[in-house]
Amino acid sequence: MTIKEIQNNIIEDFSMFDDWMDRYAMLIEMGKECPIIDEQYRDEKHLINGCQSRVWLHAELKDGKVYFTADSDAVITKGIINLLIKVFSGQTPEDILAADLSFLDEIGLKEHLSPTRSNGLVSMVKQMMLYAEAFKSIS
Amino acid sequence: MDINEIRKQFPVLDQQVYGKPLVYLDNAATTQKPLCVIEREREYYLHENCNIHRGVHYLSQMATEAYEHARQTVARFINAPEAHEIVFTRGTTESLNLLATSLGHLLFDSGNNTSHLSPLTSHLPKVLVTAMEHHSNLVPWQQMVKFYGGELLVAPMDDNGVLDLQAYEDLLKQGPQIVAMAHVSNTLGTVNPIKEMIHLAHQYGVLAVVDGAQSMAHLPIDVQDLDCDFFVFSGHKMYAPMGIGGLYGKTEWLENIPPYQFGGEMVDTVSFEKTTFNKLPFKFEAGTPNVGAALGLETAIQFLENLDRSAVEAHENLLVKTTMEKLSTIEGMRFIGQAPERSGLVSFIIDGIHPYDLGTIIDKMGVAVRTGHHCAEPVMTRFGIPGTVRASFAVYNTLEEVVVLVKAVERAAMMLR
Repeated sequence: MTIKEIQNNIIEDFSMFDDWMDRYAMLIEMGKECPIIDEQYRDEKHLINGCQSRVWLHAELKDGKVYFTADSDAVITKGIINLLIKVFSGQTPEDILAADLSFLDEIGLKEHLSPTRSNGLVSMVKQMMLYAEAFKSIS
Repeated sequence: MDINEIRKQFPVLDQQVYGKPLVYLDNAATTQKPLCVIEREREYYLHENCNIHRGVHYLSQMATEAYEHARQTVARFINAPEAHEIVFTRGTTESLNLLATSLGHLLFDSGNNTSHLSPLTSHLPKVLVTAMEHHSNLVPWQQMVKFYGGELLVAPMDDNGVLDLQAYEDLLKQGPQIVAMAHVSNTLGTVNPIKEMIHLAHQYGVLAVVDGAQSMAHLPIDVQDLDCDFFVFSGHKMYAPMGIGGLYGKTEWLENIPPYQFGGEMVDTVSFEKTTFNKLPFKFEAGTPNVGAALGLETAIQFLENLDRSAVEAHENLLVKTTMEKLSTIEGMRFIGQAPERSGLVSFIIDGIHPYDLGTIIDKMGVAVRTGHHCAEPVMTRFGIPGTVRASFAVYNTLEEVVVLVKAVERAAMMLR
């Protein structure tokens, strides 16, 4: 699936819930199912320090596609990380770099990606793009 | 005391967020402002705005008089002997930076002979703080002693967030020149026995700086009774506008410490070769001050003085006590800070739940609390936690709001487990 198709699926999934509580319950579930970073990468080098919650991120390139794993100490942050991983993992560096993240706005979660939220997510997206940039130059 | 009547003076409280009535419990970060304060500042800009201490014209004289009257009101409120012992600043952080920088120059610059002021200054610079300081009363001192190659000493606390007074006294014996201590901890709510701490400090010839950021709105302050050398506070945490606060200092110290910033009305005479500085307190007020906010601060003090302060204290203590009682029934609840003497706030975490998650969920229910390390990272490290959820109270909070908070926390805990 393309990034756009995955994003549309996520929007559709979230649109089933009118209530914010159900949406957050789903996000929390997604947090629990996040592809967890291998213990060996859960270190200072892979840490993105937010003021409110911490995020660890790792990426690797397989057959020209990027695969992300991550973790966070806060489950809502982890739920959003999982959303981003669903969107980006298995895509080419070029497609990741060209992606648009407005789907988070459409499912009412944009606030978590605000730079003032200081939960590490903004830096994480930046880090994902940097990985894609680096992989683009070697692939 | 009719809380509902008091609430009517705070228009910002009467609103909905996410379709739910706002429950504002982030008062340790900043309190809301009563109409009288908002009106005072507005009135200033509508009819009185002028630069002060300069013009001979009518408006300038009026503004100058009003500003100096505000200074007298602050002095009276904390029982400072002289109005010139009150320096207006932007708030606690600026007051502490002023002190750390200028006391550092006075006591530790080479060539300054200050042995008549403090017998300890010939030694290595040392500043004593407590383990419960927020960054504003820690980093300025830490950076100052670092600059002079000195040392920061830290008085420890126990698991309840109570300062270890014996250890504090032992550290005083190690020869710090300055001790800087929170009156009330912003993360734990602990009220420190500052009168005793100041008395001890003076027995060892140590200067005492009190950070009153979290105490001014809640407890009566009498700087003469405390006998502190310096007392600092923020207006915006005591119903006054942002951008105004103060520094009280004993005259002998303020006379001796050099200015912090230069320019504007803080000078006396200026030539290209040399500048002499204005008298107290103007020597510390460089540039155009925030006159409107200072007048708002005066009105906020009048607002507080018109309340029955002991009834306010009793009401806020009841909110704290009820919150702790009701929250304690939630499984995995752990209070951070359980000192017997406390004021204004409850800090907690729930086992297995990150404070950020809890704060995010209860925000959606209209409850505004603070999550995170509250600009006091070493306190979090001391308790081995990433942060806390902090509910902090003001006079306008109600027991009904406590019930909403507790229900919201219960629901969030259920979702997050």
